[in-house]
Amino acid sequence: MNKQDYILSIKDLKTQFKVGKRIVKAVDGVTLDVRRGKTLGLVGESGCGKSVTAHSIMQLLPKAATIVDGEIQFRPKDKPEFNILKYKRTDKKLRSMRGKQISMIFQDPMSSLNPVYRVGDQIVENIRQHENISKKQAIKKTVDMLKMLSIPMAEERIKDYPHQFSGGMKQRVMIAMGLISDPELLIADEPTTALDVTIQAQILDLMRHMQDQLGFTIIIITHNMGIVADMADDIAVMYMGKIMEYGTKEDIFLRPSHPYTKALLKSVPVLGNGGNERLEPIRGNTPDPSEMPEGCSFMPRCDMATEACNKAAPNVDIGGGHMVRCWHSKGGAPHE
Amino acid sequence: MNNQNEARDVLLDLKNIKKYYPIQAGIFRKTVGHVKAVDDVSLYVKKGETLGLVGESGCGKTTLGKCIVRLHRPTSGELRYKFGNKYRNLLSLNKKESLDARKKIQMVFQDPYSSLNPVKNIFTAFDEPLKIHGWSNADERKDRIAELLESVNLRADYMYRYPNEFSGGQRQRICIARAMCVNPELIVCDEPVSALDVSIQAQVLNLMKDLQKELGLTYVFIAHDLSVVEYMSDRIAVMYLGKVVELASAKRLYYHFEHPYTEALLSAIPIPKIGGEKRQRIVLEGDVPSPANPPAGCRFHTRCHKSMDICKTQAPTFRPLKNDPDHMVACHLADTADA
Repeated sequence: MNKQDYILSIKDLKTQFKVGKRIVKAVDGVTLDVRRGKTLGLVGESGCGKSVTAHSIMQLLPKAATIVDGEIQFRPKDKPEFNILKYKRTDKKLRSMRGKQISMIFQDPMSSLNPVYRVGDQIVENIRQHENISKKQAIKKTVDMLKMLSIPMAEERIKDYPHQFSGGMKQRVMIAMGLISDPELLIADEPTTALDVTIQAQILDLMRHMQDQLGFTIIIITHNMGIVADMADDIAVMYMGKIMEYGTKEDIFLRPSHPYTKALLKSVPVLGNGGNERLEPIRGNTPDPSEMPEGCSFMPRCDMATEACNKAAPNVDIGGGHMVRCWHSKGGAPHE
Repeated sequence: MNNQNEARDVLLDLKNIKKYYPIQAGIFRKTVGHVKAVDDVSLYVKKGETLGLVGESGCGKTTLGKCIVRLHRPTSGELRYKFGNKYRNLLSLNKKESLDARKKIQMVFQDPYSSLNPVKNIFTAFDEPLKIHGWSNADERKDRIAELLESVNLRADYMYRYPNEFSGGQRQRICIARAMCVNPELIVCDEPVSALDVSIQAQVLNLMKDLQKELGLTYVFIAHDLSVVEYMSDRIAVMYLGKVVELASAKRLYYHFEHPYTEALLSAIPIPKIGGEKRQRIVLEGDVPSPANPPAGCRFHTRCHKSMDICKTQAPTFRPLKNDPDHMVACHLADTADA
């Protein structure tokens, strides 16, 4: 594949938090390519570093966090590529990138809108930050976008405040805000976790529909294997700050090769099985990230662990870009 | 009716349970309306089974659970519970009988972080209910607590630790052990795994299944995640806006649903599998209406993809199907008995 086919290439990203005297390696050497126009699903349990990875791309990290190493190559269409990490977070280049070329939708729509401003004004502000157009034009653009996201009576609703919207409607507003300046990459961080399942289905449908129409790339971050099966083209499975397995949706669901991916798939109930198959839980707990085990971080919970796992596992391509970070898949032979 | 209950081995029989919360306004706190959180629900729970309650947030599933353990007193209705071989209404017991009944019905809450008192160690948290329920010997109590912790795969010496020393999954196991300390017959579990990570959920679910088998417990299992409810339950009741719209065996519900809401709910759940037959997804429009002012007729008609004229005016009754008396539906379209 050509370099230009990847909109974003992350190489060996390391983001660390300082908590008191301890160092927490939230993201510990993430390497990831995102295909242009496709959807990448980043899955993992809470604390695995999936959100920190996303925030590192946007350089929207809290003060306690520092990116200690790595590069994030962003390749906008018709513009020269650049390494996001080369710039300071307050740099003009990044300020014009955020919300314009790359936008982000956050988990909790209730707390990501400003409660004291009208919904319309918050979107208009976003447009006028990046485009030199009149307020009137910006309002028209906002109304058109909200209509596209099937918000009824959009002309009236832009004058409402966030508390007058339901959870699903607020998330639509967030999506409108994310898409209003025609971004090339949309990062959705658990976009439906705070919503009910029927509303979740609405929002996921909407994101897919908008992607078909506008052709942007999506990185969707979630802990729900069902959502990635539904939405993603490519999937990266994260555990303790590292990508354990990366491949196409088919690679992950039909040919899972990392013990963690396999265990994760076996530990969630699948609708329609009627409770016949007993779940196989992953034993133990996720280790404290400040006391990460030497070697493979999944080793203490892994059924396949051997002597070799005391050393950090290599990241091996087992065929066609299907990457697995495990000693037991070395040489490309799946270990059954 | 009692004979029918005997035949089915019913442990708890809910009859026309209603729970209305008053909406008060103005300086005199005048009641201006009611939130009908649970509106006329009749269900029964068989001994030794798991009855699953599913629905979206605000459908009244938690309120119903809290009515069963009598954390809330229902506005009207009866909770008939089997004591020995007699059915008694839990809402008309005297004080002593009531204490005895509380021993039989316990609850596990959703959030294991807020349901354990952070300033009491595990021993104290378990000791208090045991004392109240008549375990007067301190040594026996201690042995009992050790035994309980071991039954949920925790070490007995953990009893002197404080809640902050445990992970989420461990805390939820402690909560389950606490619910079991007075030897209950029925445990109401309100979203016991939704606050836990996926890899931990399976540990807790399997533990609950094992304990049920071992001790013959009966569960009312409340959750919004249909895949979890299906895994745990024998029968599932689907709730929408304070009413039960469908009740069927867990094995049957996925393939032979009757109510359009069940259909939509099932199709909305993302399945962690690819390939296979493509499911047709029904995306419901709009949001759940307010339970303070539910739509007339069938409560689901505003979002229903099969809505007819009759649905707008006439509320369907909750009736068994013609060809399966154990499968009950509240829908005009279903082929119910004596329609």
